[in-house]
Amino acid sequence: MTAALKLTKLKKDFPVGKSLFGPPRAVVHAVQPVTLEVAKGETLGIVGESGCGKSTLARMLVGLLPATKGTIEIEGAALDTADPSEFGKKIQYVFQDPLSSLNPRKTIRQIMDAPLKHLHGMAAPERRKRIAEIFAAVNLREEFLDRYPHEFSGGQAQRIGIARALAAEARILILDEPVSALDVSVQAQVLNLLADLKQEFGLTYLFITHDLAVVEAVSDRIAVLYFGDLVELGPAERIFSAPRHPYTKLLADSAPVVGRELKAPEGRETELPDPLNPPPGCSFAARCPFASDRCRAEIPELKDQGDGVSVACFHPLEG
Amino acid sequence: MGRYILRRLLSAIPVLIGISIVVFVIMAMIPGDPATAILGSYATPENVAELNRDLGLDEPLVQRYFIWLGNLVQGDLGRSFNLNRPVLDEVLERFNATLILAGTAFILCSFLGIAAGVISAARQYGFADKAITFAVLLGISIPSFFLGMMMILIFAVNLRWFPVSGMWPIYGTRDIWALIDHLTMPALALAVVATGVIARLSRSAMLEVLRQDFIRTARAKGVHERGIIWRHALRAAMVSIIPVLGIQAGFVLSGAVYIERVFQWPGIGQMLVEAILRRDILLVQGGVVFVAACYVLFNIIVDVAQSLLDPRIKT
Amino acid sequence: MAFLKLLARNQLALAGLIVMGLVVLLAVLTPILPLANPDVTNTPARFTPPFSEGALLGTDHLGRDLLSRLMWGTRLSLAVGFAAAFIAATIGAAIGIISGYYGGRTDNIIMRFVDVLMAFPYILLALAIVAALGPGLMNALIAVAAVNIPFFARNIRGITVGIAHKEFVDAARLAGLSDTKIILTEILPNVLPVIVIAMSTTVGWMILETAGLSFLGLGSQPPQADLGSMLGEARSALITNPHTSLVPGVMILIIVMAINLLGDGVRDALDPRLKSGALSRPLPATLVDRDRQPGDTADGTALLELSQLETQFHIGPRIYRAVGGVDLQIQPGECLGLIGESGSGKSVTALSIMGLVASPPGKITGGSVYYRGEELVGAPYELLRSLRGRKVAYIFQDPLATLHPLYTVGDQLIEAVRVHRRVPKHEARAHAIELLKSVRIPNAEDRVDNYPHEMSGGMRQRVGIAMALANDPDVIIADEPTTALDVTVQAQILTLLDDLRRDRGVAILFITHDFGVVAQLCDRVAVMYAGRIVEQGTTDDILAHPAHPYTRRLMACVPELGGGRRRLEAIPGLPPVVDKLPAGCAFADRCDKVRAACRQGNITLDEIGATRRVRCIAPEIEELPA
Ligand SMILES: Nc1ncnc2c1ncn2[C@@H]1O[C@H](COP(=O)(O)OP(=O)(O)OP(=O)(O)O)[C@@H](O)[C@H]1O
Ligand code: SF4
Ligand code: SF4
Ligand SMILES: [Mg+2]
Repeated sequence: MTAALKLTKLKKDFPVGKSLFGPPRAVVHAVQPVTLEVAKGETLGIVGESGCGKSTLARMLVGLLPATKGTIEIEGAALDTADPSEFGKKIQYVFQDPLSSLNPRKTIRQIMDAPLKHLHGMAAPERRKRIAEIFAAVNLREEFLDRYPHEFSGGQAQRIGIARALAAEARILILDEPVSALDVSVQAQVLNLLADLKQEFGLTYLFITHDLAVVEAVSDRIAVLYFGDLVELGPAERIFSAPRHPYTKLLADSAPVVGRELKAPEGRETELPDPLNPPPGCSFAARCPFASDRCRAEIPELKDQGDGVSVACFHPLEG
Repeated sequence: MGRYILRRLLSAIPVLIGISIVVFVIMAMIPGDPATAILGSYATPENVAELNRDLGLDEPLVQRYFIWLGNLVQGDLGRSFNLNRPVLDEVLERFNATLILAGTAFILCSFLGIAAGVISAARQYGFADKAITFAVLLGISIPSFFLGMMMILIFAVNLRWFPVSGMWPIYGTRDIWALIDHLTMPALALAVVATGVIARLSRSAMLEVLRQDFIRTARAKGVHERGIIWRHALRAAMVSIIPVLGIQAGFVLSGAVYIERVFQWPGIGQMLVEAILRRDILLVQGGVVFVAACYVLFNIIVDVAQSLLDPRIKT
Repeated sequence: MAFLKLLARNQLALAGLIVMGLVVLLAVLTPILPLANPDVTNTPARFTPPFSEGALLGTDHLGRDLLSRLMWGTRLSLAVGFAAAFIAATIGAAIGIISGYYGGRTDNIIMRFVDVLMAFPYILLALAIVAALGPGLMNALIAVAAVNIPFFARNIRGITVGIAHKEFVDAARLAGLSDTKIILTEILPNVLPVIVIAMSTTVGWMILETAGLSFLGLGSQPPQADLGSMLGEARSALITNPHTSLVPGVMILIIVMAINLLGDGVRDALDPRLKSGALSRPLPATLVDRDRQPGDTADGTALLELSQLETQFHIGPRIYRAVGGVDLQIQPGECLGLIGESGSGKSVTALSIMGLVASPPGKITGGSVYYRGEELVGAPYELLRSLRGRKVAYIFQDPLATLHPLYTVGDQLIEAVRVHRRVPKHEARAHAIELLKSVRIPNAEDRVDNYPHEMSGGMRQRVGIAMALANDPDVIIADEPTTALDVTVQAQILTLLDDLRRDRGVAILFITHDFGVVAQLCDRVAVMYAGRIVEQGTTDDILAHPAHPYTRRLMACVPELGGGRRRLEAIPGLPPVVDKLPAGCAFADRCDKVRAACRQGNITLDEIGATRRVRCIAPEIEELPA
């Protein structure tokens, strides 16, 4: 079976201090070469803290950013042009901020029409029918169609965003922090809706978030990113209960959990490495209690540890 | 800081080159033969041909530009045919007068404008705010040349407080008091519009800043309202006021052209208008390039001031 | 339509509109009005004073009828001014949109060129263009329009860059729209209001400028006259016959003033931020307008006591009851958690305590706040100010926005000390370094001279905490201090706060929406919904046995780490909007235990057990298990 989505050594550098002519003064390695496969019907969660490259990765996957290196294969077919309308039919994106992802000066119907018209060239009556079907699927009333985005709450706006992604009939959805801007009671509604849609349409999800509890609740497998690197990849049910990478362990220990003593796993103030001047070895070395000399000199590769877990660490934990 | 100034100076070079190209191209668009324009319609063909050769006008455009640029860099702006003296001498003399006028007006409008804006914002919807808002509206709506004429009528002709026009008394000593006497009215008339614009902008910048979270933090610390306005809010508002001061300096320089005309101030604006009407191309060209270059330098000073104020600007 | 209504509500703009309407009407009608020929000279009748027979406004130096010349001149000036504004706006906006949308090299090259044009004091450029094209009104128009193009281009580019990076533009790309389509259907409609604003605020300016060039003799050429050249010709007779100058001068003033008023009105009507009155300056302390004093006074033992506190926002005709009668007590040294969803009124409650709610539009409309028995609501500003930061300190959510960007953290700490105590500067500085050390910032001696933007988020929040500690307050009110931070940093900050409060015995009101945080940090919790406390009790009790249906279901919604893959409980519906609160229980529409009685009257916060209070007629538990 071919994977729904396959990334091979996908990498993104951002030049900084670019002048009109001539080379940039420095580059930021936003995403280090990432190799990853997502099976059909799977939900792959991606967690990491702010600035670790989650959104950059996601935007490359839908062609909104050209990759610096590496390839993207969707259902076996390589895609290397950064033409979003090429990607649009196969893979769609749900944005973090539901309101800013809807043009304030268009009605919901105009917004829903766009992918049907431009990606699938549907005629008006057909579109009307299709929109009605989709709206029924995401529990939105059709009378909303003639209103403007500012009339909706965050939860409703996010449903509209999801409906728009469904309209493109892509089978893979990139969900970039789809519930972070929502309140917990509404967050649960949207997460459940996403689960139902996946069942109904046989979708594949890439679920990006910084919330460990949420990602654990929705994912089959979880990938942990740190500073642009994929540091651990494993089944959702064990990744935080039996972390193998020291960073994953730090994350899991930091999450506030009812009934656990409050204690900071790291006593001192720590900072992320300088992206313009990354350390030579493992990027986590400065914070890692297990760091050895090798860690500071060599970059660890992502290695399969058996039982479906891969870790990029020279001294993985027992788990 | 020194390196920042140097970098800023270097980055002005392409702008200066751009300015010279723009001016040169505009002047090259003059229809007909410049030599004829210079010599007038009585010129004989031989005269025209000779002058063309003298000016290098028979060369192709690009070559002419570089010749002109080369001379420019050496401080040679050519000769004015009407005045029969080097353009640079005339420009320097005239610019001096303009600088006195525009500089005074600029200092006036900066202080008055910012003060009015801050007071207006601090007393939003109060009497002072309404009075200032009205005065500002009047100020930005009145043509400065009309204002100048009315001031002459009232303060010079009727009240006899100030002389009607000119920069110096025709008889008598040319001391600082005589200058102030002559300068007051034109400088005020010139400052009015810019004061209005700066006051408006300062008011809205202050209102914008006063709503920011860090003002609430300062209040939560127990800072007095005076400190909130003048220390916290104004400082942050200056970040958006200073660039406007730079732009307004250009507007003051521009307005000086009208005011010089109204008050017969012997500045560069007067000179340019006369030169245009007499089609004294080299004088126009030289005057424009010179003033524009000075304005570019002034804006570097503004940028440096901004970088001193705002630590977020990388120096 | 809404736009016109807004415009009409603004009386000044309306006045401008009426004056402008009249002027335009007259200008349009000029050719058919019975006026003398404006260009026929009649030297014997020169300088006729105004209001004389046959010449209402008198005549000029050539004996031409001034009224007629004024009308024709106005017509010409208006036409030229509007044309220049329209041309400059169209071309400038097109350049700006293209530059801003495509970015990169296109943008770079266009903007460098714009920079060069803007490096001229604008009139020099206009003069150069007129010098090249020759004097004349058409050429003056071209010059004024050309000079203004860079201003429009830069302005519109800035706006476009902002919009081009919005997510809806990405969404449109993914929906298969081409660049041209995106510019036309996504960008342009959002930029258009800005173009209209820029145009309406510059038309007056353009009229002034073309008049100026004519005044200098470079615009309209005799005998044709616009307002500027009339003024220019009248200048030589200024002293002898001032009316010839006054007539055109006052006309320009009237036109430009009317346009400016109208332009401001248009801007206010189109700028959505101004619609809600958000641009008003917040007063030093929240306005108090209590029609009802609370009956019960302070019980004395509590450090901070809120009693029936009500805070509202009055925006236009709407009244938002953000806080609708909150009772809370904070004992010395305890940590009280305040938990609730977004918009439930947590922040407004916290800010009301020290009168920090932005007013207008905020207003405290009822209830009291006591600090050690002393009433703070309606207290003199000086009393409030002296307590702020000294006895009751705040920590806010976003540490980047809450620190002043232009002062070093040291200066800000020093200020926090010196507004309340007269200490010499070097002592205050030493204290600032001590404070930074106490919040465990490494290299405090160096860090004290850093600006906020030079620090990481966690570090900045430590500074925020240090600032709150500066005067050894009795209470710290912390409004979601870790929400903007990453989990690993959050854990550090929470531990720090917990240690500090135990070491110093300071009480904390901790606002959050995270049950995990509350569980780890707080002794007691109050749960807020739609502006009211719905349940209150010790943390362990509430987490183990929630009594209010909302508390129970909210806890069920939150996924907990270690729970594995599962379907989450959700609460259907949305919290009510606080300007339309239903009668009775605000949770009734979403509650699965709702009954008729729930929708009537005022449901009170009743005690169940010694420490527990619940606002529900059918709580989940009647009695606390022992
Ligand atoms: N400046 C303001 N102008 C108008 N309404 C406001 C203002 N500030 C708050 N409100 C209203 O008051 C109500 C309570 O808001 P508040 O900020 O206290 O909620 P919160 O519980 O702190 O939410 P969050 O979790 O998002 O911080 C909301 O309905 C909000 O719309
Ligand atoms: S490679 Fe070394 S430094 Fe990096 S996480 Fe593993 S043990 Fe720590
Ligand atoms: S009062 Fe009624 S509606 Fe409200 S929470 Fe209790 S049972 Fe539900
Ligand atoms: Mg809040």
